[in-house]
Amino acid sequence: METSNEITLEMLQKQVDALSKKVGKLEKNRKDQLSIAVVSGDLDKVLAAMVISLAAAAMDTQVKLFFSFWSLSALRDPKKYPKGKDFISKMFGMMLPTGKDKLSLSNMNMGGMGPMMIKMLMKKQNVMSLGEMFKQAGELGVEITICEMSMGLMGFKAEEMIDYPHLRYAGAATFVADAGESAMQLFI
Amino acid sequence: MGIRRGLNFKIMTTEELKNVKSNLVVDARGTACPGPLLAAKKAIGEIESGEIMEILSADEGTKNDIPRWCEKVGHEYLGFYDEDSFSRLFLIKE
Repeated sequence: METSNEITLEMLQKQVDALSKKVGKLEKNRKDQLSIAVVSGDLDKVLAAMVISLAAAAMDTQVKLFFSFWSLSALRDPKKYPKGKDFISKMFGMMLPTGKDKLSLSNMNMGGMGPMMIKMLMKKQNVMSLGEMFKQAGELGVEITICEMSMGLMGFKAEEMIDYPHLRYAGAATFVADAGESAMQLFI
Repeated sequence: MGIRRGLNFKIMTTEELKNVKSNLVVDARGTACPGPLLAAKKAIGEIESGEIMEILSADEGTKNDIPRWCEKVGHEYLGFYDEDSFSRLFLIKE
């Protein structure tokens, strides 16, 4: 009798351990966190990503942005000139917008007229500029992860990226891990 | 009071709100969405729990956004009333 009792207790303990492990995993699954994969480098889309991020951060949601591909242009600092690039990287660097103030619109770009008009309207309507939004995002602790692979692909260097307080470089697995535990995931 | 559902919903009447003594007034009339929310979030740290904050906003969307923020973060939303070109929103810090 005693031995069988011991066995059940042991089994129970095992089950409790397994359960608590599972619960811990589930709790981690749905953090109050927003993950956005920012792939587009259009002014309108980067604006959308930043407005949503700021609203989320203001509501105490942890925000993690993963910048890859075209969106990297938005993170370039026009005042920085990286050295030691090969020919193709230089070409890419020249053809892509140098920073968030040079982005074009996905619609009605009209050779740069569109963005100019949008920026004028934004000022008139008291909408924050992209630069101001990045500043606010930094103050609110919005994390930006730059896709290492895209950096290599476009020939960008870390030296030409903006100074941002919560900036890091990582790969797709980082986004997958972050997004996996976020209650909200967006792709822009 | 107590009913935080019903967005853009006046929980206290305008007369009641006009008599509310705010501990802090945040003037966010110069910014559009999400500016007023950011201003409110920054200012909320300046008051104690149970104190009243008043937000001035000229952005229509803020009337919906502030109650949602309160609902999520736990502050008690009291309601709003309109002035000529802006609104006054009231809440009690959690």
